[in-house]
Amino acid sequence: MTRLSLKLFVSGRSMRSDAAISNLELTLSQIGIDDFDLLIIDVLANPQAAEDEFILATPTLVKVTPEPERRTIGDLSDKALLLRGLDLSPAAYLRDLNEA
Amino acid sequence: MNETSLNIVKKLATGIAGFDAISNGGIPKGRTTLLAGTAGSSKTVFAVQFLACGVMQKNDKCVFVTFEETPEDIRQNMLSFGWNIQQWEDQKLWSFVDASPKPADVSIVSGDYDLGALIARIEHAIKKIGATRVSIDSLGAIFSKFLDQHIVRSELLRISVALKKLGVTALMTAERNEEYGEIARHGIEEFVADNVIILRNVLEAESRRRTMEILKFRGTDHQKGEHPFSIVSDGGIVGVPLSTVLLNHRSSTIRVTSGIEKLDSMCGGGFFQDSIVLISGATGTGKTLMATSFISGATKEERSLFFAFEESRDQLFRNAEGWGVDFRTMEQQGLLKVVCAYPETTGLEEHLVNMKKVIDEFRPTRIAVDSLSALERGATPKSFREFVIGLTSYIKQVETVGVFTSVTPSLMGGTSITEAHISTVTDSIVLLRYVELFGEISRGIAVLKMRGSLHEKDIREYSIDQTGMHVGKPFRNITGILTGNPQYHQTPESTRFKEMFDDV
Repeated sequence: MTRLSLKLFVSGRSMRSDAAISNLELTLSQIGIDDFDLLIIDVLANPQAAEDEFILATPTLVKVTPEPERRTIGDLSDKALLLRGLDLSPAAYLRDLNEA
Repeated sequence: MNETSLNIVKKLATGIAGFDAISNGGIPKGRTTLLAGTAGSSKTVFAVQFLACGVMQKNDKCVFVTFEETPEDIRQNMLSFGWNIQQWEDQKLWSFVDASPKPADVSIVSGDYDLGALIARIEHAIKKIGATRVSIDSLGAIFSKFLDQHIVRSELLRISVALKKLGVTALMTAERNEEYGEIARHGIEEFVADNVIILRNVLEAESRRRTMEILKFRGTDHQKGEHPFSIVSDGGIVGVPLSTVLLNHRSSTIRVTSGIEKLDSMCGGGFFQDSIVLISGATGTGKTLMATSFISGATKEERSLFFAFEESRDQLFRNAEGWGVDFRTMEQQGLLKVVCAYPETTGLEEHLVNMKKVIDEFRPTRIAVDSLSALERGATPKSFREFVIGLTSYIKQVETVGVFTSVTPSLMGGTSITEAHISTVTDSIVLLRYVELFGEISRGIAVLKMRGSLHEKDIREYSIDQTGMHVGKPFRNITGILTGNPQYHQTPESTRFKEMFDDV
């Protein structure tokens, strides 16, 4: 299986940016994914990157691989929707949740 | 620096023809102006033109933020107006922020978000090239892209604050549902309410009439009401300001010939230079002939322009030849330009814009328009009035004599609706009338009005032959010619008066 590779566009070090990062890491670890690539891009420091990828909202999570590319916006607090945005089965997440 | 000088709102001349006059100098500088209009009201053209004029006229640098069309579409579409955006991008005068819909846009929303990336991109684009003009097209599209209206509203407010901080002059377009209703959808005016321009595209009498209205400019003045505009292929929007051009033209005492000697003396020495003459008459009374004679009366130093809306070029030249006027040679010598157009081909606003352009290029001293009545067909009274005012004031400004013809609906006497609209803006009126006497038709000519001069009060008989129009003797012993009901009196009036007094 292709390695999970992600880009997260945030604007500055805000509470919302921090929330997105921790929500992402927590959700992935809960379903047993600890090994993935995550590139965090601050649009305030690097607006050209946002321009190149046509990013409008922050935070925006881009799943680069496995294809297809998919985007999720928000602080990623809704875990079910985050998993759908990553093409990961919510069933796996729910099972883990029940076991915990 | 005192406080008043801090608060004065400066204006940035947009460069959009006509608009700067309507807005008394342009849009408020360093501020955001809302440009609202229904679908098809040319918001995007206006938004692009605001930037294009900046680039072309002042080398201003510009950023265009697009939420609807892709930059590629805009580059392509605007080429037809003569705006080569691609070239400006290469010269670092123009930059796009592309927020148009992309296939990857179908994104999932998980939790709170803001439009920080969009704001960062706009700021980045502005700083990158040092832009002073920004257009955002359109706000409605942002609302349909992000469903959370509260977030979009607060983010739009952040955008306008950011734009203000950067000191740029910005236009934001917004959709309206109806031509006369709330300013814009989504209550956008609540946060960018300082300056509002409304573009309209109203269906009136089966034709579209485009107008622009400045609803408000906070802290600065502008003209009120709707002003018609047209969209032309080379240059985009051209506004037609009505109130600015009026009544500031000089008045001349120089006389020029009407081309008909006797008519000159009836007018007290000819038409005034920079005056508007209306020729009114029923069909076949010789209005086109008078327009032709007027053109033929030009000296070799003068240039004449003939706008024909009734007859084709060939017809016109053949007619002129029939009256002994050689249009062909005049045209070859560059003394004459004949412009033929069907009145119905475009709206009156566009006719006006085109006519002004020809006048500007050719710089004539004599202009004939044959006929105004043809232009009136299919136009609303309002747009016709605006057309006539626009044209007459322009002709007077360039110090030219204008001869307009107008058709009266009835053969005998009467006036037309056309005259009701334009008689007040014309300086002179010449009437051509049929006169029925003893079962025969003859024709009468009279000078009804000659602003700033005496004129003959007689109604004279005239005839038309292969050398043109010949004005003869005044009708005597006849009353009621103008009302179309002539009465012949056996004895001359002077004799009858004498008899009356003899009785006493």
